Amino acid sequence: MGSPASSADRRDLTTDDYVPGGATQTAVKILVVGHFAVGKTTFIGSISEIEPLSTEETMTRVSESVDDLKGVRGKTTTTVALDFGRLTLSERVVLYLFGTPGQTRFVQMWEDMARGALGALILVDPERLADSFPVIDLIEQYGLDYAIAVNHFDGNPERAERALREALDLLDETPVVTCDARNEQSSAAALTTLVRYLLDRAS
Amino acid sequence: MRAGGEDFEFEPVDLVRAYVITKGRELPDDQELSLITLVTAAPTEGRRPTRLTPEEERLLDICSAGYLSVAEVAGHTRLPLGVVRIVLASLTESGHLMTRPPVPRARNADKDLLEEVLNGLTRKFG
Repeated sequence: MGSPASSADRRDLTTDDYVPGGATQTAVKILVVGHFAVGKTTFIGSISEIEPLSTEETMTRVSESVDDLKGVRGKTTTTVALDFGRLTLSERVVLYLFGTPGQTRFVQMWEDMARGALGALILVDPERLADSFPVIDLIEQYGLDYAIAVNHFDGNPERAERALREALDLLDETPVVTCDARNEQSSAAALTTLVRYLLDRAS
Repeated sequence: MRAGGEDFEFEPVDLVRAYVITKGRELPDDQELSLITLVTAAPTEGRRPTRLTPEEERLLDICSAGYLSVAEVAGHTRLPLGVVRIVLASLTESGHLMTRPPVPRARNADKDLLEEVLNGLTRKFG
């Protein structure tokens, strides 16, 4: 899944676009990560209360002198799309879900994303386990606690989980759940599993 | 930028545009304007001063009807995140914008927040 289809025309914002009770809200975020086309955007779309948004971060090496346009000219830029959604959970907490591709080279973006995140849900496709290695490495590198959600699943869950734990070299305590990213309840259940785990770790 | 002599070359349009919008300012380096910092327009008495740039006006307009995260402001305006952060930083500095940065992470705060998140998810999705 790539970015959500973007409607080129800018619409005016309505009340629903704003954070309900924003003046008292604390914003928290959880990352939804995984390799290309694993279903991150679908997952976010299935439980977000707003239509998922996408923003672009342009990856450039910051020029030594910003006044020196000549210096800026030579830089190569890469654009990375961040997809995200929102869930207002109470009058005190609003949760943002950020979906991000697992490319290792966008260090700057990862630092932005990981800083202050409660944890990460790693979506994996059992047919493409090797594609998840770099993503898991990154999440571990940034010290984020995570749970694994197996998307696109159809088969024997118990045998699959054993094989998957072994293949991904997971700790025994790392939660593994299957989910259908298109389904709201299923996505919510995966998220709940992650948060329970994070709470256990914090206690 | 001097347009003369043989050094003259056209800048890529996007870069120039971003540079002009941000008035050449650098990215704010603190967490004041993180992805999930909530922002809203500060209450104004009467008319807004007219010294704002078109982008400042536009972003302030979007922020005038409630709170949005920095990421949402970028998503709705389709401006690059970096540009949005710089313009919002400028608006904050000039007192036009109020920000609610996320709480710094600490074990205890985390636990309370996580409990709140868990309860919220359970309430919402059963």
